[in-house]
Amino acid sequence: MGKILEVKDLSFSFCTYGGIVKAVRGVDFDVNEGEIVGIVGESGCGKSVTAQCLVRLNPEPPGFFENGSIQYKGTEIITMTDKEMRKIRGVEIGFIFQDPMTSLNPTMKIGKQIEEIFVQRNMYNKKELKEKALEILKLVGISDGERRYNQYPHELSGGMKQRVMIAIALVGNPSIIIADEPTTSLDVTIEAQILDLLRDLQKKLNTSIILITHDLGVIAKMCDRVLVMYGGKIVERGMVDDIFYNTKHPYTSGLLGSIASLETEKDEELEPIEGTPPDLFSPPAGCPFAARCEYAMEICYQAMPPEYQLADNHTTMCWLQHEYAKAIDLPCKKKLKNEVMQ
Amino acid sequence: MRKYIFKRVIISFVTIWVLATIVFILVRLMPGDPFSSDKMTPEIKANIESYYGFDKPLIEQYFTYMKNIVKGDFGYSMKYVNQSVNKIIADSFPYSFDLGMRALSLSISLGLVFGIIAALYRGKQLDYVCVIIAIIGTSVPDFIIGAMLQYFFGIKWGLFPVAQYQGIKHTILPSIALGFYTMAMVSRLMRASMLEVVQQDYIKTAKSKGISKFRITYKHQIRNAIMPVVTVLGPTVASVLTGTFVIESIYAIPGMGKYYVQSVQNLDYSLILGMTIFYGAFLVLANMIVDILYGVIDPRIRVSGR
Ligand SMILES: Nc1ncnc2c1ncn2[C@@H]1O[C@H](COP(=O)(O)OP(=O)(O)O)[C@@H](O)[C@H]1O
Ligand code: SF4
Ligand SMILES: [Mg+2]
Repeated sequence: MGKILEVKDLSFSFCTYGGIVKAVRGVDFDVNEGEIVGIVGESGCGKSVTAQCLVRLNPEPPGFFENGSIQYKGTEIITMTDKEMRKIRGVEIGFIFQDPMTSLNPTMKIGKQIEEIFVQRNMYNKKELKEKALEILKLVGISDGERRYNQYPHELSGGMKQRVMIAIALVGNPSIIIADEPTTSLDVTIEAQILDLLRDLQKKLNTSIILITHDLGVIAKMCDRVLVMYGGKIVERGMVDDIFYNTKHPYTSGLLGSIASLETEKDEELEPIEGTPPDLFSPPAGCPFAARCEYAMEICYQAMPPEYQLADNHTTMCWLQHEYAKAIDLPCKKKLKNEVMQ
Repeated sequence: MRKYIFKRVIISFVTIWVLATIVFILVRLMPGDPFSSDKMTPEIKANIESYYGFDKPLIEQYFTYMKNIVKGDFGYSMKYVNQSVNKIIADSFPYSFDLGMRALSLSISLGLVFGIIAALYRGKQLDYVCVIIAIIGTSVPDFIIGAMLQYFFGIKWGLFPVAQYQGIKHTILPSIALGFYTMAMVSRLMRASMLEVVQQDYIKTAKSKGISKFRITYKHQIRNAIMPVVTVLGPTVASVLTGTFVIESIYAIPGMGKYYVQSVQNLDYSLILGMTIFYGAFLVLANMIVDILYGVIDPRIRVSGR
């Protein structure tokens, strides 16, 4: 399993009328061949901006890179021109968006939207294009592809549209697929189908997936490794087991407390984390979670905690790991193992 | 689609019939009548009135009239001696139609082009130029624009004929004057629509596929941005075509406008009725064509209207 994507100290901000929004503040992570990496966090913590940096989909301006490097198979993404970037988008890195209702062009036939990636590159003749489109429609579980090929988006259900979006992301045969909350706007049964489809396709094609979600249940079901984001930073990372059963960051612990699972006991209440994420215009100097953290200490308000390496793949950014801090056993999902993992 | 068109045609016929009935009643409610004149003796007047069927009960007149217009016969003018309304329309309408069509095609195509350019160069000089043209066009009335064009291009610089309608060169100033407002409105709408579409998620999807800026603009952005502009084209066509009357009089063009105004002044019942119904029918038809066109370019309408 080789690394295909290496992100180092990535910082991305937006220049707005209200000031500079520091959306991503120093993020490092790698993606290996054929693995599913999850990025989880509350809304507004910088997940989408991070993901869109990888294929430069954030509007630039007002957005700009403050710092960092993104290496895709050894080439730098951040300094690429638009023309070079177009050779990456779609064919090296595919993207699935959150809302299939608005992410398809309402006046273009489904088939044409799938083929366009090749039309742009002058690949294949008309007949081959259609074959490609029908093949990919079949692969994403759309059985009557011939009919769907000539339909417009409004003639398809939400789940069907998201399958088409997946088809569009896959058809260029990319090495990585970024799925930004691909099921957030779908209902639960459709969500399960789409997640199953993504996992099956990933196994079949050995594509890497970066799966963004605010739902730890989705992470448990899909991912190998997890990055927990908060306030534009990765506050904890680890294998799925580390995150769920050996939680080392109060924010992760809080997220675990707020997830629903099918077998939640009746008297077990979901506890959303109180308070709101930090102001990204002027993020606090100390730990971004300090204002909401029930374990916060003096130091937390004054200095940014360093990233503590706990195991090979497990790190956390929390002062509780400091040798002078008193040992605290954070609540995690020990008892609930069966229900979350199923 | 066929059912939709059929429905539209039926509605159009009903609209025209209602229009004809209302105008038929209204002209008779206007004070005075077509034949009042100092020199007219009562005998001659009675004679003329019976010639036009005015001595019959109103309801009978109504049915006779309806029967005739179904046959396409609008009767004889009551003021232009021995001229049928059909002939007057046939002589004058081609001028109005020609002027209207020139103004429409000029204004819609230029409006779209200006709107697209303004949106693509948003905040740059070209955008400001387009916006200023649009502001002038939507705030200055067409007769003033018409007179200004006449003055500068006709009289001062002598580039175009000041009036009359005898060749291509004559058509240019009145077409611009008539179409200016519509061009300004279309360009404003198109600009706003382009800027809205560029924010849409599907533009980002296209970008994520590695599609070039140029292709995104013409395959995704323009195609979708044009929809809201087409919706307002129906009323626009009507406003341009009725606007011809004003421009015709400024440029002394022998179109329907002159006859229309005079027919009302003269209380020329059959000419008022004939022109109104003809014009109404024409507008209804224009609107219907625009609606059908909209159905053709917007796949969402195409299906629901089936
Ligand atoms: N185009 C933009 N202009 C200004 N601010 C933006 C823009 N896109 C995102 N942001 C800001 O960046 C922050 C992170 O957003 P995002 O990555 O979308 O969060 P999420 O984790 O919910 O995906 C938010 O505070 C958002 O307001
Ligand atoms: S560093 Fe302090 S405030 Fe931040 S999560 Fe850890 S204990 Fe809480
Ligand atoms: Mg997001």
